[in-house]
Amino acid sequence: MKKLMIGNEAVARGIYEAGVKVVSSYPGTPSTEITEFSAKYDEMHCEWAPNEKVAMEAAFGASLAGVRSACAMKHVGLNVAADPLFTLSYTGVNGGLLICVADDPGMHSSQNEQDSRHYAIAAKVPMLEPADSAESLFFAKTAFDISEEFDTPVILRMCTRIAHSQSIVELGEREEKTRIAYEKKAGKNIMMPANAKLRHPIVEERTQKLVAFAEDCPFNKVEMGGTELGIITSGTCYQYVKEIFGNSVSVLKLGLVNPLPVKLITEFAAKVNRLVVIEELDGIIETHCKNLGLACEGKDLFTPLGEYSQKSIAKVFGLEEKTGFAPASAIPVRPPVMCAGCPHRGLFYTLSKNKVTVMGDIGCYTLGAQKPLDALDAVLCMGASVSGLHGFNKALGNDEMKTCAVIGDSTFMHSGITGLVNIAYNDSHSLVIILDNSITGMTGHQQNPTTGYNIKGDPAAKIDLEALCRAVGIKRVRVVDPYDLKACDTAIKEELAADEPSVIISRRPCVLLKSVKAKPPVKIDKDKCRSCKMCMKIGCPAISMVDGKAHIDATLCVGCGVCEQLCAFGAIE
Amino acid sequence: MNTTSIMIVGVGGQGSLLASRVLGNLLVNEGYDVKVSEVHGMSQRGGSVVTYVRFGDKVASPIIEDGEADFIISFEKLEAARWAKCLKKDGKIIVNTQEIDPMPVITGAAVYPHDILDEITAQGAFVDGLDALSLANEAGSSKAVNIVLMGRLAKYFHIEYDKWIAQIEQLVAPKFVELNKKAFALGFNA
Repeated sequence: MKKLMIGNEAVARGIYEAGVKVVSSYPGTPSTEITEFSAKYDEMHCEWAPNEKVAMEAAFGASLAGVRSACAMKHVGLNVAADPLFTLSYTGVNGGLLICVADDPGMHSSQNEQDSRHYAIAAKVPMLEPADSAESLFFAKTAFDISEEFDTPVILRMCTRIAHSQSIVELGEREEKTRIAYEKKAGKNIMMPANAKLRHPIVEERTQKLVAFAEDCPFNKVEMGGTELGIITSGTCYQYVKEIFGNSVSVLKLGLVNPLPVKLITEFAAKVNRLVVIEELDGIIETHCKNLGLACEGKDLFTPLGEYSQKSIAKVFGLEEKTGFAPASAIPVRPPVMCAGCPHRGLFYTLSKNKVTVMGDIGCYTLGAQKPLDALDAVLCMGASVSGLHGFNKALGNDEMKTCAVIGDSTFMHSGITGLVNIAYNDSHSLVIILDNSITGMTGHQQNPTTGYNIKGDPAAKIDLEALCRAVGIKRVRVVDPYDLKACDTAIKEELAADEPSVIISRRPCVLLKSVKAKPPVKIDKDKCRSCKMCMKIGCPAISMVDGKAHIDATLCVGCGVCEQLCAFGAIE
Repeated sequence: MNTTSIMIVGVGGQGSLLASRVLGNLLVNEGYDVKVSEVHGMSQRGGSVVTYVRFGDKVASPIIEDGEADFIISFEKLEAARWAKCLKKDGKIIVNTQEIDPMPVITGAAVYPHDILDEITAQGAFVDGLDALSLANEAGSSKAVNIVLMGRLAKYFHIEYDKWIAQIEQLVAPKFVELNKKAFALGFNA
């Protein structure tokens, strides 16, 4: 059966067809759908883990127990899971283990554009990179055979364009696997120095075997098209090369991007007059070619920044540039915005008004950095708001500046808790505000341990955030409704003044949740409106000025009432 | 290569996903190789969003670049202008003439260029503007803008009317099928 699928759905299908039993992941664009689609197959246990490290370790445990298992994460999630990854390389697997990681060249939805291939090299594990959905299915499915044959975890590297592009796949059947019996193997699975010393040479031998495999595997292919120009490429860049050149140049397409073949590349290079490596982000294949003593071009022609396209590659080769139509007038940019009625808005407005220095975190609420709210001072990575705030306050002394951290419920579960433990244990008078909107918002509404539901939507154990914060040693824990500006203001002022650590839980569900019913839109009394623009200070997309008076877009407004509280003249009701 | 390229552009949350699903599945059923590319995540939050649909005997790149689009279907006026750089010289823009102010316009940092489509028309671009929001409301829901625009695209397209309808019947929840069929007809005949 033929079906149009995004790359991530095809990966899920490959995981399913390979007979996988356990999938554990943490959401992150552009990897999230791998696990969401996996969860549609009842034959597998699928779950959202609190973070990527936990997810990978759960997959490790399942593999050890003798079933095929997988985990999925975005590129920065692999940083979090790097600890288990490096030693998983030493232990190897029992049942096949696949680690899916999705890179985001161009940073459509990420804080950096690191190249995950470095991890495969550093951890000495094989990495596959598909170039469309059919390959995503095939590579994911076949990865488990490689994993079991070579006794290694396998990484599948996706990138935004492959993960989120639909193309046609041919569906196969699921092959149920008999569980491989678990046997205690201390030397293989207990990674203490004496054992690990004996495992490392096995890893090195495995790499040599994988190089031999890379010379003649179904993932790497040569498409000859003359001897003038030879291009070595992989993933989405392969598609751009084919778009520009069709079959008129020779292409070595690498699907196994670690380890890289030697003979295959050397022989290909010998057949062409000019050798060019085209790879997004870092020049990893290029460096390999140069290490082999081959003359090739790569990052001297192509940028290490952002995404490529048929246009950017054609330009490098001096091909004619196509143009469309360009109006002379300036086109205002349209950046993403916090939704009308977003519960984060009222809280950010209050922080901004009180001139608080705010350590931000990763989620929808990162949008609080934008004008007019302009509420954030720093955003680094998941959890860094809480731990960073502690260091900031230790450097300043406790009362020199008004500071706080803001972190979402899911991000707090991911890696905020440990930072809060540090605040309590090492006693900084820090204020942490947990923005509890009862869902993982930015990645498209995934359940998490605070929501009371699991990935299937079934009821699950629900973390009591107040009790958790108290349990780690925070005595001052209070809850506010972010729609209530006065309550927010009081809470923030009082907790900033406190001589001990404190937590405010700003609690109201995401306005996009189906369970949240919108109130009727507010109305402007034009006679009462004095055009003071106070209501514009919250950056609500439903409010604009029309003919000098405030105007509400009734299709967007959900009646949250935050603007109403700002109007001193009672013009909004 | 004989690949046809269609861009669906608009503002996050306007419902371009259903439009690309209808189109993508229709083209697969017609026996074409098809690629549909979209970007999820942060840009969905009221930002400028774009979906690429490409079909032909064999499609390579999933994305559409400057001067490559045969059709641009825009859910909003400003977005049509933003992406007009991707239109082929003989391509067609189908645009819902609704205006949605982006944040810089709302805050007063920028001005909405109301006549911007005239500039593109003056350069020789084919622009078919229609008030798809009114037509969608006429069909029964402001959310049917996507299907009104699909109806309009069908007018310029080589695939029979009934096949589009069959696709809508397959992808839309039963209670909304009649509404969407009406929206499609209104777009087609507008």
